[in-house]
Amino acid sequence: MPDLSALTARFAPIKPILPWLLLTLALVAPFALSSYDLNLLARFMAMGILALGLVLIWGHGGILSLGQGVFFGLGGYAIAIHMKLADLPDGEIPDFMVWSGRESLPLWWEPFTSPLFTLAAIVIIPTLAGALFSWAVFHRRVGGTYFALITQALSLAFATLIISRQDVTGGFNGLTDFYSIFGVGLASPGTGSALYWVTLAVLCVAFIALRWLLASRFGILLRASRDGENRVRFLGYNPTPFKVAAFAIAAMLAGIGGALFTLHAGVVSPALIGVVPSIEMVVWVAIGGRYSLAGAIVGALLVNLARDAVSSAFPELWLYLMGALFIFVVTLLPRGLAGLAKGKAA
Amino acid sequence: MSGSAVSELLLSVDGVTVDYSGFKALDGFSMTLNRGETRVVIGPNGAGKSTLCDTIIGRVRPSEGRIVFKGEDIQNLPEQAIVGRGICRKFQAPGVLPTLSVRDNLALAARRDRRWWKSLGTGIPVEERAAVEEALEAVALTHRADVEAGTLAHGEKQWLEIAMVMATGAELLLLDEPTAGMGPAETSRTAQLILGLGDSRTVLVIDHDMSFVEQLAVPVTVMHQGKFLKQGSVAEVRADPEVASVYLGHAA
Repeated sequence: MPDLSALTARFAPIKPILPWLLLTLALVAPFALSSYDLNLLARFMAMGILALGLVLIWGHGGILSLGQGVFFGLGGYAIAIHMKLADLPDGEIPDFMVWSGRESLPLWWEPFTSPLFTLAAIVIIPTLAGALFSWAVFHRRVGGTYFALITQALSLAFATLIISRQDVTGGFNGLTDFYSIFGVGLASPGTGSALYWVTLAVLCVAFIALRWLLASRFGILLRASRDGENRVRFLGYNPTPFKVAAFAIAAMLAGIGGALFTLHAGVVSPALIGVVPSIEMVVWVAIGGRYSLAGAIVGALLVNLARDAVSSAFPELWLYLMGALFIFVVTLLPRGLAGLAKGKAA
Repeated sequence: MSGSAVSELLLSVDGVTVDYSGFKALDGFSMTLNRGETRVVIGPNGAGKSTLCDTIIGRVRPSEGRIVFKGEDIQNLPEQAIVGRGICRKFQAPGVLPTLSVRDNLALAARRDRRWWKSLGTGIPVEERAAVEEALEAVALTHRADVEAGTLAHGEKQWLEIAMVMATGAELLLLDEPTAGMGPAETSRTAQLILGLGDSRTVLVIDHDMSFVEQLAVPVTVMHQGKFLKQGSVAEVRADPEVASVYLGHAA
């Protein structure tokens, strides 16, 4: 273990004010940043919402999911389908469907015309999918590495499904070219910063709600199941519903994050939700600190900022750099950057 | 204790066989426990002592036989339902939850309503709080209540887990090698602790440390190769030639 005490000591004075400092920065950002940079920040904050869910399941529940991209994608595609439909003249179908030889909308697209249905779907579909999937696995008492592998298979299957059904999903290119959301033009002045505020608000609400949850008996039981599932079971608890509830909440946050990301990025595609992006999501949280909500947000922001800086200059370098960073953090800083703030490496 | 005039049957293990693909860890094993009794089960390694515990708490299912607790067949109930009926076990290797405080470990054990949606809160009912404090005092860990359980000494972890099992309010406590890894002084304290438990609860202790068993001075059941071998006081069991040949002969 490296000696971190000097580094920690230097960090200690700012530690208590760090969350407030971050919040202040987030509050002044719309007035200080260009609309391009603000959009970038908003995207990263949407990813931060997903990262919070990973703290819940991975850090506190010991459940490593390499499939968060699936739930991110469910939220992203839900809002994307709505926007595609909203922009259509009456009686027409999206251009990619025409090119694929379709003549009518698929039935399951229809309800997404309704903004209300879409908003509900963004929350409910990922939550339900997460709950059903995790129940199917956990009630058979499958966990640990096997669970991680199954989630990876899930993200591969999901991306493959989307690519193979080009006529209804937009295939490899995904869905893009959105012009309005709930009747407001995406390009009109003020929309960008309004969406930024929405994202910041959701991030703050999710942060506060998870802080409360982790401090509640639910959080205690989740950590207990992580450290000694058998002990918990033979104290009379059934650990499965606790784990399923945590996984469903993480899936919900991933879905909401995915929808907001899609709004900011103007695109959702398999390249954003498949196996590799799903692993990257875990890397943000590993670097920021998997036990710390604030750490996970910082990790999501910093890694994506670095990705943006590095990959525009040296696109082929990014994956190597991220891999190296991941190995460094996992071997030397299991608690991530948040561990530095706490003065604990391990 | 065992000498009480009215002895009410609490647990009956009736002809239980556990078959690990050909190896019979329990082979038609039977024993009974009366309410309020403290009993020690001894036997050489591999005699099936831990398998007996596993079978009572539902971790292992018997291929033959019945386990009757308070008149109800429990050998097919889910694990958490068996705990709900009033049976709780301390594992051989301390099973405390290392990242929780000592108090949180006990609060988790003392919880009466264990459904997940009832865990969305922080308040602890008065009677559960009282059970936690009582358990802390019983094992003299009150001054360590707020440290992480993982930082306790080995003996303290064993006591904490005994306290957790107590705090569940279970009527039948299964203590699997409660003195494993303890020195003589700690072993004596553990014996006192267990004898204190026996006033209001039924306790089944598994051990093979004969000095500890002698300190407990309660009836002993001897197992050998998954079968019942003998039952009696420590002195009777010690004097039995059959027991000596399978167990005490090379252990003591």
